[in-house]
Amino acid sequence: MRVVSQYIAIAFGLAVLAGASHAVAGFGEPSPWQIGLQHANTPVMDSIIGFNDVLLYILAAIAGLVFVLLVVVMVRFNTYVHPTPSKRTGNWPLEVAWTLIPFCIVAFIVFLSFRLLFFEEDIPRADLTVKATGHQWFWGYSYPDHGNFKFYSEMLNDESRKPGQPRLLAVNNDLVVPVNKVVRIQVIGGDVIHSFSVPSFGIKIDAIPGRLNETWFQATREGMYYGQCSELCGMNHSFMPIAVRVVSEQEFNAWVEDAKKKYAQGPASRATKTAGLESTGANE
Amino acid sequence: MGRTTTTVPGAGAAHDRPVGWRRFVYATNHKDIGTLYLLFALCASLVGTALSIFIRLELHEPGLQFFTNPQYYNVVVTAHGLVMIFFVLMPALIGGFGNWMVPLMIGAPDMAFPRLNNLSFWLLVASFTMFISSAFFGGAPGTTGAGTGWTLYPLLSTKGHPGPSVDFVILALHLAGASSILGAINFITTILNMRAPGMTMHKMPLYVWSILITATMLVLALPVLAGAVTMLLVDRNFGATFFDPQGGGDPLLFQHLFWFFGHPEVYIMILPAFGIISTVIATFSRKPIFGYLGMVYAMVSIGLIGFVVWAHHMYTVGLAADVQAYFVAASLVIAVPTGIKIFSWIATMWGGSIEFRTPMLWAIGFIFLFTVGGVTGVMLANAGVDRVLQDTYFVVAHFHYVLSLGAVFGIFAGWYYWFPKMTGYMLSETIGHVHFWVTFIGVNILFFPQHFLGLAGMPRRVADYPDAFEGWNYVSSIGAYVAVLGALIFFFGLAEAFYRKRHAPDNPWGEGATTLEWTLSSPPPFHQFEVLPRIK
Repeated sequence: MRVVSQYIAIAFGLAVLAGASHAVAGFGEPSPWQIGLQHANTPVMDSIIGFNDVLLYILAAIAGLVFVLLVVVMVRFNTYVHPTPSKRTGNWPLEVAWTLIPFCIVAFIVFLSFRLLFFEEDIPRADLTVKATGHQWFWGYSYPDHGNFKFYSEMLNDESRKPGQPRLLAVNNDLVVPVNKVVRIQVIGGDVIHSFSVPSFGIKIDAIPGRLNETWFQATREGMYYGQCSELCGMNHSFMPIAVRVVSEQEFNAWVEDAKKKYAQGPASRATKTAGLESTGANE
Repeated sequence: MGRTTTTVPGAGAAHDRPVGWRRFVYATNHKDIGTLYLLFALCASLVGTALSIFIRLELHEPGLQFFTNPQYYNVVVTAHGLVMIFFVLMPALIGGFGNWMVPLMIGAPDMAFPRLNNLSFWLLVASFTMFISSAFFGGAPGTTGAGTGWTLYPLLSTKGHPGPSVDFVILALHLAGASSILGAINFITTILNMRAPGMTMHKMPLYVWSILITATMLVLALPVLAGAVTMLLVDRNFGATFFDPQGGGDPLLFQHLFWFFGHPEVYIMILPAFGIISTVIATFSRKPIFGYLGMVYAMVSIGLIGFVVWAHHMYTVGLAADVQAYFVAASLVIAVPTGIKIFSWIATMWGGSIEFRTPMLWAIGFIFLFTVGGVTGVMLANAGVDRVLQDTYFVVAHFHYVLSLGAVFGIFAGWYYWFPKMTGYMLSETIGHVHFWVTFIGVNILFFPQHFLGLAGMPRRVADYPDAFEGWNYVSSIGAYVAVLGALIFFFGLAEAFYRKRHAPDNPWGEGATTLEWTLSSPPPFHQFEVLPRIK
């Protein structure tokens, strides 16, 4: 019995900790032994964390109540201390209560949940649009507002990675966006379904062939932000990260001028591009 | 088998009673078929567990250690999911305990369609053979086996896997589906028509109710899966483009069809466990179940709502905001009947006289783990939060808490509860307790840290992960090894029981065990209830 209650205490403590711990996580990537969500770098992720914290306290309270009740019945109503069982088989008021009260809690959660959902889904007027295309197994990015230049973004292997760049997350060509601007990102799949995800921006949207999805973010801090493909897409699913470099507006404009020249001839041809299957040209 | 307590002498003489291998290959007796299902699930669980150990060994540390080609990791993940769902959980919970206990609990001599029952089992064996074969045929270019995930999403399962292995998986699903539909029809007919005189629907044991609801869901959900995978088969082999945008199709159509089956499927796996837990808790609290009608209609409403929440598996595919909002609300409503069940179990124990026999430990463990899995499900139901959790290890942790731990703990509760009835031997309480504690501790070390990994953003179905995820993955793998130790203790306990041959009385659990199977001998006679019992 003591083992049970200790375990519950530990699990409960961890759950509460998880609510408060996102503050200690790294800015745009996970950190070792992290137990909560990644640090927020967009207003959307701020709202997700806010809602998640409320939810976590409600749910921890409900789970805690169940565990406490379980421990109480095990202690009070085991056969040694309570040899004669009661024969009670129902209690209408109680049963109505434990139907209606959870229903009210659910209604409250639904209310908060809708607020968050519609905040995420109403895309504000975008300052710029970028397009991401998922391929086996790399991302292609294009900038339709800036002459529609396009480039590929591939994971760096152990040889090409510089010190300080995270393994399995760093890429050769980052997706570059300006800070504090509303970026609309359009996402599509080039061969099979992939998923574009940047946890610290609070976005994840599937890259589906034949379907142009979109979402948005407004990064509030300059720096590197990482995500990974989040839909099983074949052999190298684990090795097609998303790296977003958020820079100042001046830096961004300078980068755009460079990129326009660098990618004027279209994306550099890739040997691995056709491994697996050909991309559906119509989607590019 | 010679002892009979309730049969009239000589009454069974007219029945054919094959012996030797014929008894099982030609089996029409519900108890023999139940035993076959349980043995089948036991064998398949060895395969499924071995696959999960490959997964945890690979994820034990960063980098690729065992799978130099990560596609084979995908194949193992896919096989682990499909084996556990179709060849372990469903056969054990529905085919195994269902076949064994439903006729006994409703006072029927056998199932309504004994030969259909036989076909249902052997189709499953054919299905499993077909599924195992898929591993040896070409899949993705240059590899063998289907690495599509158990969800078989196109276009990965069409263009991404040009080899025939996915066809084998599709046909295995067809066979397993046919097997389940036949079984389900059998259960529905038996339960509706063959209850003993006086056993009205509202007097049926909750386990029988759970099987009735499950069987109804199977009959409604599996044809949709069959349709979806047939379209996949046609896309793959005959140039159709149901799911290919290049021919005007839509990959999302498959996801809608798949999850219209897939979400009821998760309740199909957990409802029979609910039934077992209700039975076990009432028995060992020596008290009738609290709020019987509430329990029945909670299960009915879980079954109904289960059919209208499927797209909560698809929040990130680009559904319109209003559609997501509907699925958020509908999914969250399921928390209410689920809460009714949890509170009723606790209320059943409240005021009882609880004996901590092995089945009761598993049942209490079930409530604990199912509650954790339930509240994380409430988190995932919110589309706004699911944005960061979809396809991460948080989802893996959630569904392992409800299925791997919930449903499996239900199976073990049922196993320890009915083993004396099925075999006539008592299992060792000591070994059972050790098995429980080792498993309980192991699986929590295994799956609880996966919540943290998911919150931090680790995607699921990856063979390698960024170095920051190393710590909790290491802990999780250690938990897996502990859980396997638990499984070994289980088999040791089994061997010990058959070696010691401790004789089981008709009712080893005392006055709390009120269902009809405890009025029979242990094991029951080959044909029981030839004179139907009357229920007051």
